[in-house]
Amino acid sequence: MSYDARFRVWRGDADGGELVDYTVEVNEGEVVLDIIHRIQATQSGDLAVRWNCKAGKCGSCSAEVNGMPRLLCMTRMSTFTEDEVVTVTPMRAFPVIRDLVTDVSFNYAKARQIPAFAPPEGVAPGDYRMQQVDVERSQEFRKCIECFLCQDTCHVVRDHENNKEAFAGPRFLIRAAELDMHPLDAREDRADFARDAQGIGMCNITKCCTEVCPEHIKITDNAIIPMKERVVGRHYDPLVWLGTKIGLRKR
Amino acid sequence: MSETRLDPASGAGGSVAGGVGAPGRAQIPGRTLRGDRWWVQPVIIVTLLVLWLLYALVRTSMQRYYFVETYHYLTPFYSPCVTASCVPGARHLGTWMGELPPLVPYAFFLLPILLGFRLTCYYYRKAYYRSFWLSPPACAVAEPHAKYTGETRFPLILQNVHRYFFYAAVVVSGMNTLDAFDGFHGKDGGIGMGLGTLIMLVNVGFLWLYTASCHSCRHLIGGRLKHFSKHPMRYRAWTVVSRLNTRHMQLAWTTLGTLMVTDAYIALVASGVVTDLRFFN
Repeated sequence: MSYDARFRVWRGDADGGELVDYTVEVNEGEVVLDIIHRIQATQSGDLAVRWNCKAGKCGSCSAEVNGMPRLLCMTRMSTFTEDEVVTVTPMRAFPVIRDLVTDVSFNYAKARQIPAFAPPEGVAPGDYRMQQVDVERSQEFRKCIECFLCQDTCHVVRDHENNKEAFAGPRFLIRAAELDMHPLDAREDRADFARDAQGIGMCNITKCCTEVCPEHIKITDNAIIPMKERVVGRHYDPLVWLGTKIGLRKR
Repeated sequence: MSETRLDPASGAGGSVAGGVGAPGRAQIPGRTLRGDRWWVQPVIIVTLLVLWLLYALVRTSMQRYYFVETYHYLTPFYSPCVTASCVPGARHLGTWMGELPPLVPYAFFLLPILLGFRLTCYYYRKAYYRSFWLSPPACAVAEPHAKYTGETRFPLILQNVHRYFFYAAVVVSGMNTLDAFDGFHGKDGGIGMGLGTLIMLVNVGFLWLYTASCHSCRHLIGGRLKHFSKHPMRYRAWTVVSRLNTRHMQLAWTTLGTLMVTDAYIALVASGVVTDLRFFN
């Protein structure tokens, strides 16, 4: 069954832009990305949108639908009423390039800063052996598709451009947790790095990252809070400090 | 076609100019385009927490109706009752200090621990940062503050002491458990049980579940380990706590409710407004 939906799509670039109204056909089973493609095909051939897999696995079509960060390909039109105006804008935490396409290079810069996986000395690739029970916490975080919706919704950078230098964002705090919990990662300074270089103390655990994650990774409960607790253990717990000093506890 | 441009200089206050209205970002009008009722949740949380705090304030400063002599029901808001101001029957843990002036809560030295445990709790932090401090009020809704440093500076850096409040909360839950067992007191002095005993037991059960589901507990019991396979018992404990931890929010609210119900019931019985329903003795 088809109907004509009313859309408002943000068109513009870094110099300015506007919300443009469209009336466009919607068919049963379609998602917002299908409608954006129809607008592109029938009304505005120059509408810029980044997309790839249309299956929620490439993380390309991140945008905001009715103000909420979402993947365009995973937002079903059936979740809206037929008379509802659907507003589609680019992610508001990153610089816009054109229309729905943003410059997400902030995230790549943060990714490059993280020290890589470091196996123990003498263990060569191919010799890695680990038990499933030890690695499964890290595996949850490997589901990340790097759509950067968590980065987009995190108020630490979304609402404060000047925090971008000091704060890495939820996506890279789960990377820190992934490595720190990995049974074969030999580095012992992941928590220090999370505090000093990634700014984990800036996170006030309001859980919006978890709410928008299309992979349903429990970012706050399983990654950020455990990392905060590890930071507490290394920097804010006098008993742990004392135990380490007198040799009762290993670093 | 319509056009609305955002002027970052006159954006709708606070962080808009330095946040979603920052140069280079898409110039989209307003601090949010969310059309749903995102403000309902903060309003509900503020209302419930303020009501609960007012109730607790009134009850702890009343210095009355906290103990049912006949059945040894002691409200958790006055536990442990260890000052000379408490009626003798309520002092089953002993008398540690003299009389207290009016309005001072009988459990004044313990209430800051309970408050601290909940104030630094990872769930309550989310709740009040969003609802009271509007940081942010809801996801993708710009917060009103122009600057933000999170929990990196004083006083919020003190949130890192949560694990110590957790240790203290274990002791407090233990005391509440003793109170609940003391509530198995019959009319003739032997063992008895009534609705009040049951309410106290349920309250204590939920308090233990809330305490055990704490994120710090999850870390200390096993989360900080790198190799679960080398610590099978701690791994098992961690999986149990992790399951509870997924219900931490629900337990946080449930315990506020059970604390209030337990206190209210004991107050009603102690004041003679209702008669305790006895199962035996």
